[in-house]
Amino acid sequence: MRNIAAIFQKEIKTYFTSPIAYVLAAVFLVITGYFFYGMTVTFSNECLYYMQYASRYGGMPPLNLNQRVIRGMFGLISFISLFIIPMLTMRLYAEEKKSGTMELLMTSPLRITETLLGKFFACFVLYAIIIGLTVLYQVILGAYGHPDWGPVFSGYLGVLLMGAAFIAVGIFASSLTESQIIAVVLGFGALLLFWVIGSAAIFTRPGAGKIFSYLSILTHMLPFQKGVIDTKDIIFFLGFVSFFLFLTVKVVESQRWR
Amino acid sequence: MIEVEHLSKYFGRTTAVDNISFRVEKGEILGFLGPNGAGKTTTMRILTCFLPASAGTARVAGYDVFTDSLEVRKRIGYLPENPPVYNDMTVRYFLEFNAKIKGIEPKQQKNRTEAVMEKCALQEVKETIIGKLSRGYKQRVGLAQALIHDPEVLILDEPTMGLDPRQIIEVRQLIKELGGEHTIILSTHILPEVSVTCQRVVIINKGKIAAVDTPENLTVLLKGSERIYLEVEGPVGQVEQKLKQVPDVTAVSVETGGNGKNSFFVESETKTDIRMQLAAAITGSGFGLLEMRRVGLSLEEIFLRLTTEEAEG
Repeated sequence: MRNIAAIFQKEIKTYFTSPIAYVLAAVFLVITGYFFYGMTVTFSNECLYYMQYASRYGGMPPLNLNQRVIRGMFGLISFISLFIIPMLTMRLYAEEKKSGTMELLMTSPLRITETLLGKFFACFVLYAIIIGLTVLYQVILGAYGHPDWGPVFSGYLGVLLMGAAFIAVGIFASSLTESQIIAVVLGFGALLLFWVIGSAAIFTRPGAGKIFSYLSILTHMLPFQKGVIDTKDIIFFLGFVSFFLFLTVKVVESQRWR
Repeated sequence: MIEVEHLSKYFGRTTAVDNISFRVEKGEILGFLGPNGAGKTTTMRILTCFLPASAGTARVAGYDVFTDSLEVRKRIGYLPENPPVYNDMTVRYFLEFNAKIKGIEPKQQKNRTEAVMEKCALQEVKETIIGKLSRGYKQRVGLAQALIHDPEVLILDEPTMGLDPRQIIEVRQLIKELGGEHTIILSTHILPEVSVTCQRVVIINKGKIAAVDTPENLTVLLKGSERIYLEVEGPVGQVEQKLKQVPDVTAVSVETGGNGKNSFFVESETKTDIRMQLAAAITGSGFGLLEMRRVGLSLEEIFLRLTTEEAEG
């Protein structure tokens, strides 16, 4: 446990002493902020329009803040995570290998799982912090509107679970290579594949299609955005994380017996 | 303390380490000598559990490096060829991190960090980012990292590389001090380093052990062919002729100097002292014997002979 904490602290410190965390957080906020502004303004214009419409002709269509803005925001956050997470994870192992510090970690009395968990949680916490910055948007919505908070919470839960799954894939990609560029390309490629794999269901036989759509991250992400917390989705993400962390352990371990 | 038995390591078809065996007793300083690519680093990496052996076993402090890797790693301090440092950390933070991952009790971590910074003369750069340090300082940070948990066994891969002459002397002194309570293996291709610091030398070439002995014994061993230096006044050709006629002389080499004084290196096969016969031969022929002394083979020469003989075989 102490070893995990040591690696965790080291990784967090490295994230915040290098510009990468700040740059990614800034880019993330600019993009999400732009879309948040756009979606909110569109929604309020629509409200205005339908209010005038209702005052003249009576009858108001149901306009829902959760549906029109918040759900869209979560979709956007998960989509941008697809890009930023491989950039957060790329250096975790590749850099250690390149700079020779892997030799230090491997010859110190650390278990491979301890190093890995330290790195995983450090990246996860950083990701959670970046995502946490978007709470500001919800605060703004809460101040001027009446969102249903349930789906907001489930949305964040979903985004964090999905982030953990992305991080596991990213770390696995990083463990395969010495090059951060290759790590980011592999990580992003794999994530994109898991993102779109559901659409393969359209072209395949029904049986195989079920498997593809089950493997799709999107399939398990949408219920959270709608406010549905299903244990089967939680289990999917946790299993996904465990599977890729397990693969990473094996890849790192293989160095000892190759 | 360290037992290596029939250790081999193959990388694909190339053999990096070929069936080597040796032992290091507690408190001993063993020098690993060999040209680049001889298998020194590979052997050290196996001993530190970084790489697995293809065949054979290695035990450190009684623990097998493969099956009890964690126990071995607790007892080993390792300085790889390139100091494994994080370039974005300060010296102090890096050493504190090492104190943590090497299992030092939290209360002791600060003390140990201070102690190794003192020992490796890092006090003046302790708040500097490692990436901005010179090669020599980085090397010392690497050494401090290996010493921080006061390990029983120290494995140092070319510990004086990149240091300036004064630092080299300091580090050698430090290593000598550490021997006795710590068991040390150090590798080098700088020969004087071995004769200065080590009690025993393993000469390794092309993955095989060419010789294991003390530096002194190695010198004696190869002195089976003795060398004598002579400075003689007289015509080169005639003197050479005379010297070759002395029994047991195997070779004579000449370095002509100015004003009729010439230097000769005479090699003899047996261990019998032929200096008297040489002196008699020269003075008897009417040449002037100006100087005569025995020349031991330097470690460089022994090293070259051992490694080149191996290469020919």
